[in-house]
Amino acid sequence: MDIQLKRGLLDVCVLAAISGEDSYGYQIIKDMKPYIELSESTLYTILKRLEGANMLTVRTAEHGGRLRKYYRITEDGQRRLADFKEEWKEIMAIYRFVTRGDGSHE
Amino acid sequence: MNKNEFLTGLRDALSGLPQESIDDRIAFYAEMIDDRTEEGLSEAEAVKSLGSIETITLQILDDFPLATLVREKVAGKKKPGGGTVFLLCLGAPLWLPLLIAAAAVVISLYISLWSIVISLWAIWATFVGTAFGGIVGGGVMLFLGHVPTGIAVIGAALVCAGVSVFAFFGSRAATRGTVGLFKHAVGAVKKRLMQKEVAK
Repeated sequence: MDIQLKRGLLDVCVLAAISGEDSYGYQIIKDMKPYIELSESTLYTILKRLEGANMLTVRTAEHGGRLRKYYRITEDGQRRLADFKEEWKEIMAIYRFVTRGDGSHE
Repeated sequence: MNKNEFLTGLRDALSGLPQESIDDRIAFYAEMIDDRTEEGLSEAEAVKSLGSIETITLQILDDFPLATLVREKVAGKKKPGGGTVFLLCLGAPLWLPLLIAAAAVVISLYISLWSIVISLWAIWATFVGTAFGGIVGGGVMLFLGHVPTGIAVIGAALVCAGVSVFAFFGSRAATRGTVGLFKHAVGAVKKRLMQKEVAK
């Protein structure tokens, strides 16, 4: 897959993982696991990128005698997620057009 | 490998990066390990599930452009004192030509490798050209009544067409190989830059 596209998609996945309630690194990886395998170093890069783009905020909280970082989606992040859903409606329509003659739909 | 060994190893492997960047990443991996052990995994299992330090280092490398690594390397060094600067100036007639020669070697290697690739493609193009030319020329000869010569020329043209197919795959492999080689070389340089000299 095109690397830029994949990067953008993974950003959205992580935003979706924290869109409900605040989450932390390992939880995000576990939530995504049934759908996509994500390595820790990739997640780290994505979290940094999203933080830099003001799509999430980070807070450190105590958990079981140690510190853990929690990530919360911002309004910008919510907007990105909503835009993604809109854009993909169009893309899915194009996909259906492109594959209309293929017979067997997956 | 337990948690401490892993984090120490990772810290060493990343020691050429900016300090805050190292600390932040180490904290991130420490949290990842703690969250796994909390779920019942042993430290060794938790560490293993993160992958090898080597793999992690290579992935992190992709986040840092070569220029950043070089800058960090240069910035990390102490400012040269007056004596060092004096010696550098004094030695310039010696090290400057050496540096230029070294750069010239690297650049000529780069150019030579690509020249080989270009020549391979030229050979391929020649075979394709000869095949087309032969078929057309042979056809004309047949038309003019030189039947045996015409057939021989067309036959040779078909052989060229066949060889051109092999030449295509060969040239493509050479192109990919060269691209891969240079990527590898840049990766090796990055890896060196990311690690500080052990002796300090």
